[in-house]
Amino acid sequence: MKHLLSAADLDLDAATLVLDTATEMAAMASREVKKLPTLRGRTVVNLFYEDSTRTRISFETAAKRLSADVINFSAKGSSVEKGESLKDTALTLQAMGIDGVVIRHPASGAPNTLSQWVDGSILNAGDGTHEHPTQALLDAYTMRSRLGQLKGLRVAIVGDVLHSRVARSNVLLLRTLGAEVTLVGPPTLVPVGVEDWPATVSYDLDSVLPGTDAVMMLRVQRERMGQAYFPSAREYSRRYGLDNRRVKLLPEHAIIMHPGPMIRGMEIAPEVADSPRSTIVEQVANGVSVRMACLYLLLGGK
Amino acid sequence: MPEMPGSEAPAVKEILSAADIARIVDRVAHQILEKTSGARDAVLLGIPTRGTPLARRLAGRIRAFEGTDVPQGVLDITLYRDDLRTRSARPVGPTSVPPGGIDGKRVILVDDVLFSGRTVRAALDALSDLGRPSHVQLAVLVDRGHRELPIRADYVGKNIPTSLSESVRVLFSETDGTDAVLLTGSTAK
Repeated sequence: MKHLLSAADLDLDAATLVLDTATEMAAMASREVKKLPTLRGRTVVNLFYEDSTRTRISFETAAKRLSADVINFSAKGSSVEKGESLKDTALTLQAMGIDGVVIRHPASGAPNTLSQWVDGSILNAGDGTHEHPTQALLDAYTMRSRLGQLKGLRVAIVGDVLHSRVARSNVLLLRTLGAEVTLVGPPTLVPVGVEDWPATVSYDLDSVLPGTDAVMMLRVQRERMGQAYFPSAREYSRRYGLDNRRVKLLPEHAIIMHPGPMIRGMEIAPEVADSPRSTIVEQVANGVSVRMACLYLLLGGK
Repeated sequence: MPEMPGSEAPAVKEILSAADIARIVDRVAHQILEKTSGARDAVLLGIPTRGTPLARRLAGRIRAFEGTDVPQGVLDITLYRDDLRTRSARPVGPTSVPPGGIDGKRVILVDDVLFSGRTVRAALDALSDLGRPSHVQLAVLVDRGHRELPIRADYVGKNIPTSLSESVRVLFSETDGTDAVLLTGSTAK
């Protein structure tokens, strides 16, 4: 595997290898010396054309724990503001001899395009409304560590599926790993062509929750909405928000997930987000282990 | 693979039998007891794949001889190898340190074959990230020579002079279904 552009790049063996490697990386996080010499002398660029806290810090931590040199590049305050194109930025990186590029970009497909211009490995850290494969991997890792196995697991992904790269990557990866995915949201926020996805669709959250092992709440992505997709935030929250009443509909063992950043009171009630069944903070910690695994598997060998 | 008519099968020679290995493990267990004043503060760390069952066997024999329970663990060295870039990324195995840790302990690294010494070098690096043992020793079943680094073993099951074209394979019933040490690819007639 040279690049990680889409969750569909991973077959069952490859996905399992990433999750197993992440387990070993997680064991290291509890040590006193949280550092491995594995990627010494390799350079990784974090190329962020879109705002991010969690993902960028997570990738940076992961690369540093593997002893790679990390260069952070954000579009703000760079030549991009002067009008430099992605291609010219790519050629600059290429000239500097970069081993890996972690890219987040508002345009779907940008990582794929970049992979044609740069020799190093490309890791997609979120491209437009397309994909976010490492998020899907850390979600799968969290489900596996909390619930044992992924095969046959019933997962509901709830909310703004239309604009969600997290949902796309999760559907693809969870399918590969043998889980059953139900997408839930208002009809306006479910993409056209969803019937071709390996998932079922429901518009009624209450009827889905009792048969769910893991419920993943998505943020309503206002910044990607040019028009009104639902009448009001209050109405959205009433119909698709996860509140205390709805949590009681879930089976005892079910976990509550959110990729972050979350809007408390919108898609998830604050007391639900802070409850012991919520894995939101755990997901962040797991993100570092999973990204270490990805960096190692992409950059650690020849 | 079916044998081609006329082609010579690579010569496979059994150097140590199951009984030989059992005797060697007994002897090395005694040597460890002798050199560590009865395995006081000793910790056995096996290097995967076949160092792990060997460490377990040594601990079993030490228990049988003296009734001492020596803590055991597994030290995976993949992420510390110096030849990672020569191949595609290798799978990482689990590392487990016994609950008492290794700080101030006499750590005995256990591996099946001592060859270039590079595995042991990686193991020493891995060890220093896990803690600070008072001593580090090395126990191997077979020392086949050809060291590339200044490393030697404290306990050697058997010295087997080899040529570089040969390879030494250790088989354990836990991992391979049978106990034996084989020398293959020998050019000697």
